[in-house]
Amino acid sequence: MDLISDRGRRVQVEELNTTKLLAHAAKQTRDRKFDDVLIVDVDAHHYENENFGEILPFMENEVLKQLVLSARAKAGRGSVLPSTPGFQDMGGRVTRYPLRSTEKTDPSRLRDAQLGERWMDAMGVDYSCLFPTGMLNVGLHPQKEMEFELCWAYNRWVTEVALPQTDGRMFTQLSLPFGDPEGSLRCVETFGHRKGVGGWMVTTVRPKMPVYDNAYMPVYRAIEERGQTLAFHSGPSWGDHTFQSCNRFISAHALGFSWYNILHLTNWVVNGMNERFPKLPVLWIEAGLAWIPFVMQRIDHEFMLRPSECPLLKRKPSEYMREMFYSSQPMEIQDMDALECTFRMIDAENSLLYASDYPHWDFDLPSTIWDLPFLTDKARHNILGGTAHKLFKLPPRNEAQKANLIKYGNYVEC
Amino acid sequence: MAEQFVGKASEFKDGDRQIVRIGEQEIGIFKHEGEFYAYSNFCLHQGGPACEGLTIARVEERLRPDKTSMGLHFTNDMNFVCPWHGYEYDMKTGEHVSNRKLKLRKYEIVQKGNDVYVVA
Repeated sequence: MDLISDRGRRVQVEELNTTKLLAHAAKQTRDRKFDDVLIVDVDAHHYENENFGEILPFMENEVLKQLVLSARAKAGRGSVLPSTPGFQDMGGRVTRYPLRSTEKTDPSRLRDAQLGERWMDAMGVDYSCLFPTGMLNVGLHPQKEMEFELCWAYNRWVTEVALPQTDGRMFTQLSLPFGDPEGSLRCVETFGHRKGVGGWMVTTVRPKMPVYDNAYMPVYRAIEERGQTLAFHSGPSWGDHTFQSCNRFISAHALGFSWYNILHLTNWVVNGMNERFPKLPVLWIEAGLAWIPFVMQRIDHEFMLRPSECPLLKRKPSEYMREMFYSSQPMEIQDMDALECTFRMIDAENSLLYASDYPHWDFDLPSTIWDLPFLTDKARHNILGGTAHKLFKLPPRNEAQKANLIKYGNYVEC
Repeated sequence: MAEQFVGKASEFKDGDRQIVRIGEQEIGIFKHEGEFYAYSNFCLHQGGPACEGLTIARVEERLRPDKTSMGLHFTNDMNFVCPWHGYEYDMKTGEHVSNRKLKLRKYEIVQKGNDVYVVA
């Protein structure tokens, strides 16, 4: 097919084949013997809008269901989810975006599962956490009832249709309709026990999100009691007034992902949530790593001056931050000394979780972790999968992986 | 270093490319404005297939003498882009357009009559 290049010039390319596109990743997997290493990707995506025909009928409220089904019937003119401007494909330069529809799969099995297996096998990833893409904007929906309905339908589809077709290779942290605390609790109580549910995801792209509000305490308690995780997944929101001064997508994207995690993590820590729910594993997803030392230093500094504003804290904020978890992607590998300092400050050996973010444009391969010159072997194994193995109880897929989990002190019965 | 046959020059149209594999090496060969260019197909970023993506004109921002911007424009210089993450390389040098110190390995092209060879 043709891709559109500069000034409308057409460039002929083959149809997309993920296995072929990632042939160099497969070479890295072979060269580094990744089959012997349990690799867990805690943040990968699919395009759930391609499955809306199956997802939306799971909505409970008949009136709201009628609205979205009717909107979708308008031949592409209707919209179900809010969206913000964005140019993730870089004007077609990242070719898997415009070519996505050309990739062939077996129509008798969920396409997302087949595409997932292709990139996971190429990268040497054993398990990936399936997250949506467009649904990351569900927090921008003006109707909290609609947010609940969409999350409810998505959570049903993921657990009843999608995950059962992935041969156990994918798990998920389901979508919490955070605008509706009671609805969030209902989701946890309804879906929390289902196979493949490792935890819960809050999309942080929202106009207002008081993570400290008393209304959420029953939700956090319910997740903690189930031994599951609470993940805050960041994203860009160019339409947010904070970012309307950005005249290039690069600015809104680079700042947005970090900003929302900076904002909500600060509120989380300052309000003593780690003291209130000490056994709740909290993950901060897809904001890179460079922001974390900044927040640690900034909040520690003010904490020493204004302790009366956060009396629940018994230690410095940075100490609580070191006990939470961070996904690695997109890892800023620009200044190796700075990155090494970041790893030390966040106790990466115990807090960092490898994430690819595939198929999004700024994905990271496992080699981005494996090849870091300052890591110990234990740190490599922990970050790529050992720590996630303990969090999500994902069994090793072969004896070599099990031996490495035991060797580096990570093995737990699953 | 040996000469590896690539193809017939007459079969390359301007804008065509070919990937040749020699042992562990992968080399992308482009024909651009009548000239052949050959570079390693392993992106300097994460090892993606640097020569297999889109070719696209370089973008510049034009300024007036008073430093006000006239916006973004395509130039007549050509880049090729790694399809994994968008690392963008200068067609004529193999340098990353944002950091000229980052440079793909360049291979010599030899033409003998109508036959095109890459030296690798």
